Amino acid sequence: MEYILQPWPWYVSGPCIAIVMFLLLYFGRSFGMSSNLRTLCAIGGAGKRVEFFKFDWKSQRWNLIVVLGAIIGGFIAHNYLSNPIHIDLSESTVKDLTSLGFYEADQSLLPPELFSWDAALSAKGLSILIIGGFLVGFGTRYAGGCTSGHAITGLSSLQLPSLIAVVGFFIGGLIMIHFIYPILF
Amino acid sequence: MGKYIKFLLVGIFFGIVLVKSEAVSWYRIFEMFKFQSFHMYGIIGTAVGTGIILLLLSNQLNLKTIKGNAIKVPLKEKGLVRYIIGGTIFGLGWALCGACPGPMYILVGTGVFTILIVIAAALLGTYVYGVLKNKLPH
Repeated sequence: MEYILQPWPWYVSGPCIAIVMFLLLYFGRSFGMSSNLRTLCAIGGAGKRVEFFKFDWKSQRWNLIVVLGAIIGGFIAHNYLSNPIHIDLSESTVKDLTSLGFYEADQSLLPPELFSWDAALSAKGLSILIIGGFLVGFGTRYAGGCTSGHAITGLSSLQLPSLIAVVGFFIGGLIMIHFIYPILF
Repeated sequence: MGKYIKFLLVGIFFGIVLVKSEAVSWYRIFEMFKFQSFHMYGIIGTAVGTGIILLLLSNQLNLKTIKGNAIKVPLKEKGLVRYIIGGTIFGLGWALCGACPGPMYILVGTGVFTILIVIAAALLGTYVYGVLKNKLPH
């Protein structure tokens, strides 16, 4: 039990994610979390106005069940399988974060400077969450997949389009962290 | 309902793994793009490495799905523009809010309800893509 309560090392976590991918393939489906965003749009009636959302979303219900499970898994891990969270970030990361104005680095999963209700409902905080979410939603469909569909499933099956998409993920991420963050924070 | 139980269990396992690995943490994503720790690279690297081995093995052993078909991964369409531009847009968002689609849902379970704002915005982004799809280079 002590091992479970500790944060899991990368060499345990990575193979576990591959097992998730493989189980879904074994069940005759495929691993892709961003597809659910399209499914949810279709359930909301987007198919009446936009061709892209006109598909049999009922065939995707299994994937929404995976999402429901993921939420439950997050709840279980956070409430029952974790010691008080202390993320073992590198010293240089903590230093960089402090200089950007994030003072509670490693005390929780997410910085209160962005995700506490006070921060999230400030003009700047709300803009960041909305723009960030929008870019993820737009980009993932444009690229035809996200970290699960491209970085895990696509790379595991040695597909070139996924490698290109992952290179794109990193171009975007590096631009954001190295060039835009210093302006924002 | 019975046939959905296995998907629920896989989802629960996925949620637990991503929280316990700290891959759902905004801080870990920041650290990854700063190249200041091996942690996230180790997770992605071993996931892909294990994935390659599992797929090669299942191919060699001719493993079947529970429906009796060959196990195969859906092929992505060929292309360059959509993957590089779409991927870059995704990366900008991923680094800005520190969450990709899987972790967004999982974080709801950990009690961070402000992430619902991010999810709502991601739905809007997906919708806008659907509207603009035919006008974008792919």
